[in-house]
Amino acid sequence: MTMSEGDLAVMELRFVRAAMLESQPPPAGMRGAVGWLRENLLSTPFNITLTILIGLLFAWIVPDLIRFLLIDAVWSGADRDACRELVQNRTVGACWPFVFERWPYFVYGSYPLSERWRVDVFFVMLAIGVVWMLWLHAPRRGLGAIYFFAVVPITAFILLTGWRAIGLEPVDTVLWGGILVTIVVAWVGIVVSLPLGILLALGRRSPMPAVRLFSITFIEFVRGVPLVTVLFMASVMLPLFVPEQYSPDKLLRALVGIALFASAYMAEVVRAGLQAIPKGQFEGAMAVGLGYSQMMRLIILPQALKITIPNIVNTYIGLFKDTTLVFIVGIFDFLHTVEVSRIDPKWASPVTSTTGYAVAAIFYLIFCYAMSRYARATEARLGLSDRR
Amino acid sequence: MKKIIALAALAIVFTAQSASAQTTLKAVKDRGSLNCGSNGTLAGFGLPDAQGKWTGLDVDYCKALAAAVLGDPNKVKFVPLSAKDRFTALQSGEVDVLARNTTWTSSRDTSLGLNFVGVDYYDGQGFMVRKALKVNSALELNGASVCVQQGTTTELNLSDFFRAHNMQVKTVTFATANEAVKAYDAGRCDAYTTDASGLYAERLRLANADEHIVLPEVISKEPLGPAVRHGDDQWFDIAKWTLFALINAEELGMTQKNVDEMLKSANPDVKRFVGTEGNYGEQLGLAKDWAVQIVKAVGNYGEVFDRNVGATSPLKIDRGLNKLWNKGGIVYAPPVR
Repeated sequence: MTMSEGDLAVMELRFVRAAMLESQPPPAGMRGAVGWLRENLLSTPFNITLTILIGLLFAWIVPDLIRFLLIDAVWSGADRDACRELVQNRTVGACWPFVFERWPYFVYGSYPLSERWRVDVFFVMLAIGVVWMLWLHAPRRGLGAIYFFAVVPITAFILLTGWRAIGLEPVDTVLWGGILVTIVVAWVGIVVSLPLGILLALGRRSPMPAVRLFSITFIEFVRGVPLVTVLFMASVMLPLFVPEQYSPDKLLRALVGIALFASAYMAEVVRAGLQAIPKGQFEGAMAVGLGYSQMMRLIILPQALKITIPNIVNTYIGLFKDTTLVFIVGIFDFLHTVEVSRIDPKWASPVTSTTGYAVAAIFYLIFCYAMSRYARATEARLGLSDRR
Repeated sequence: MKKIIALAALAIVFTAQSASAQTTLKAVKDRGSLNCGSNGTLAGFGLPDAQGKWTGLDVDYCKALAAAVLGDPNKVKFVPLSAKDRFTALQSGEVDVLARNTTWTSSRDTSLGLNFVGVDYYDGQGFMVRKALKVNSALELNGASVCVQQGTTTELNLSDFFRAHNMQVKTVTFATANEAVKAYDAGRCDAYTTDASGLYAERLRLANADEHIVLPEVISKEPLGPAVRHGDDQWFDIAKWTLFALINAEELGMTQKNVDEMLKSANPDVKRFVGTEGNYGEQLGLAKDWAVQIVKAVGNYGEVFDRNVGATSPLKIDRGLNKLWNKGGIVYAPPVR
């Protein structure tokens, strides 16, 4: 490389930085709360409009909600007079003493007072099982599965229905109610529907005509009728065809109905996942010499279930809320105990019904939101490989 | 639809035969408890309280029946039934007696295979209006707007009544009773209509119950009563006389408190009633003191009424037609003799 005179002159002025520059923070408008706002809420005119609209919606609903549920609410009292504006001479919001008095009924229904500890034990056992299964760092999760799918159901059955031989007074399921029934129905539905749904989905794709035909008939039939009809048939028509003493228990009928119903929907969800697996995965598995069950267990289902998690949870959340339909066959689930309580003349006031429904809304929101959050965390964990 | 009815009819015949193989009385005694089909959602008639214990007029009837048959009012299993599945539950033998504010009508008494044992509450559709409206009779409601729950016989009765009296009405319908009451309270209608017993319960839920009155007219006959299956006359008699015993007890002045003193009474009517004379209990297939058990368990009809729907209950329903026949009402029972 040759240099001219001029170049050399410039060379003299050349400046080479010896130390690293301190890194500068981004401009004030791009960081912190302001930056977050600009990026997430006000990035485009469309987003700005949406933000304003949603903000207005919140401003319209939230203050009223807080005022009703907390600020204007009544917190103590013995009967309806506590929640009546005329008696209290002030604006009256939610009638919480009504909920406090009725809470045991919301939880246990008509379960005999002296036996309610059995329900508490069931709740604790179930909670332990759920945490054991869902918390990834829990010790000995394999044992947890046995506990959750075998120990809890059997113990719960004995505990809740009673067994004279070991001194537990039998409790008729007619007396069950409230959160107990909601949890039992949802739990049985959730636990039964996934394995049964997987079997049905596999059956529907099976090359064996009898199995395929059965699966298709079952799935299409169940999906073709509303849940209300299934429950109604089970509770109204079934007793007409079987003698009184062989007629199955009312709650059991509803449980079977809901479990089968959820299974049919679950089967379609799982099938969607199976369809999404590329053919190469099946062929690859067969090429390395895996049998059908090994192929499904080790290669196909783990992938298929992973991509269907959002839909599986969606079905679970739907199922959880569908449990409220059991009221039409005279079973007192949580929502129905609220419904019954708000009719009680002891607490009759203009705000009683609203308070009851607010409690129900909060209850279902907590459960469904928890399910949805857990599913998103699982999705994020299992999706790591796709985002590399 | 026809097919379903035929199928149901067939099923009823089938189950009626299998049920009649064993009498209901024996079945109840063997089981040790009475299965009572009731309404779990009607204040004053059948509603679980905060402890989950059932209370109400219909509930007390079942307790009385259990006391008469089994000697213990607590040996009742209450089966909550909806308006839709109540008759099937009785026909199929799921319940022994249906005490669920059921209106006694000819078609139910005949084609549904039921036997109504009597009337435990004379109800009828009524109107509630604001006092400020200065209306004293339903006949002055010409041109009024009326809030009503849609799809019930209530809606039909309403338009029939106004048509029959050549009056104009503006019906405002709502899917649930709750919405209808809320709308009435908010001033969207001049009047609200449903069965009179329901009106009193709904009135309590208004912002100011004292500003509203229930008009005296009832525009439909709704005699409510318990029912049993066709084909078991002995059980029908027992169910019937349990109701009569409640009414007779009030007529004889027997209450839950004084029943033990009444055992020593010299009044021949009372003696027959309590079983110190004659064998009227045995004739029914029950114990001698069946009526005493009933009164001890729930009191007389007046006490049952007052406790659940009447003066001492929050509903405070006027007894009206439900007073005894000798007190200006139409409640009457044949004598134990």
